[in-house]
Amino acid sequence: MGQPSVDTIWDWLDQVPDPEIPVISLVDLGIIRDVQWEGDMLNVTVTPTYSGCPATTIINLDIQTALREHGIEKLTLHRQLSPAWTTDWLTDKGKAALEKFGIAPPSAKGEPERCPNCGGHDLERTSQFGSTPCKALWRCRDCLEPFDYFKCI
Amino acid sequence: MAGKTNDDALFQFLLRMGDNSLILGHRVSEWCGLSPVLEEDIALANTALDLIGQTQFWLGLAGEVEGKGRTADDLAFLRDAWDFRNVLMVELPNGDFGQTMMRQFLYDAWSQVMVGRLIKSGDKRIADIAEKASKEVAYHVERSADTVVGLGDGSEESHARMQAAIDYLWPYVGEMFDGDEVDAAMVAAGIAPDPASLREEYDALVNKVLSEATLKVPTDVFHHKGGRTGYMHTEHLGHLLTSMQWLQRAYPGATW
Repeated sequence: MGQPSVDTIWDWLDQVPDPEIPVISLVDLGIIRDVQWEGDMLNVTVTPTYSGCPATTIINLDIQTALREHGIEKLTLHRQLSPAWTTDWLTDKGKAALEKFGIAPPSAKGEPERCPNCGGHDLERTSQFGSTPCKALWRCRDCLEPFDYFKCI
Repeated sequence: MAGKTNDDALFQFLLRMGDNSLILGHRVSEWCGLSPVLEEDIALANTALDLIGQTQFWLGLAGEVEGKGRTADDLAFLRDAWDFRNVLMVELPNGDFGQTMMRQFLYDAWSQVMVGRLIKSGDKRIADIAEKASKEVAYHVERSADTVVGLGDGSEESHARMQAAIDYLWPYVGEMFDGDEVDAAMVAAGIAPDPASLREEYDALVNKVLSEATLKVPTDVFHHKGGRTGYMHTEHLGHLLTSMQWLQRAYPGATW
């Protein structure tokens, strides 16, 4: 088989779900920073979301598994800390998928735009830390439902 | 030989950074499942995760600089108390929730000033770690400061406990600003700031938050030391390590 193009690899990576929030892909999450061929070696550069995010190891494993299933034999994963990951790198497709799933996407003003369940605007923060390092807990006073907010960093 | 001396100093500096976040991260993780309310439990566990994640970067780089093939895990699990370089404050037992949050604030405030300076480190590897950590530290300090204010300016009981916490912890604050030949070498190499130079910014933040919390900052200038130099830790560190390093002690070389 010929060497797949970098664009094809990006498409494949866009099929790999985030292990904690499977409605978005690793590409949507913005943590794949670079994909490059160096001869017959494929180099994929990944940046962690939060330093201690336990999903980091699983993410690396998922990338390797997915690419090997597509026939990539020589693969090196690189960790890149700088520039540090920011929620600005979430794709619009990813943000829409998050909201549909019930997680308010990050917003520049540092708080959710609206309740992902009912669209209400009367919101309050319960806790800055949620079920994963990247989420905060919020509550909607209109529909009284709690929800996760993907916090901005 | 000058190169070697600098690498030794850099190794020591990185151990101090990594051991601070490792030991505090472990202490904070002891709250898992025990916090007063679920949200606080989750918040403490997340804070501990961030700290331990930062530890992987600091100790990972320390192992690289040392050049003996030791990994972050080797440094965390295969050293005994005398080889740790964390400040004494982070190894102290948690006490009550208020004392834990007061210590967290006193540490977060230092950490925020420190990583703020390290972002400009002449060593890019250190600047990169600091840039990553700074975003997390900003969240930590916002939360710990809020909690200190909420409890300090809270009920009579919570106020008394928070005043007791700052009175108890204050003599451990000064060690974070001590300097020695390791720090002098870091300053000379443009890698890290003189610890004493962080004090003014630190005091401004701590005084502002504690005053909002209606708490009195102790005026006693005495401080305990011996952690960051490794001269003498408190008795508590050894006990902490027996728990943290249990698996490697019981099953040497175990992997998963």
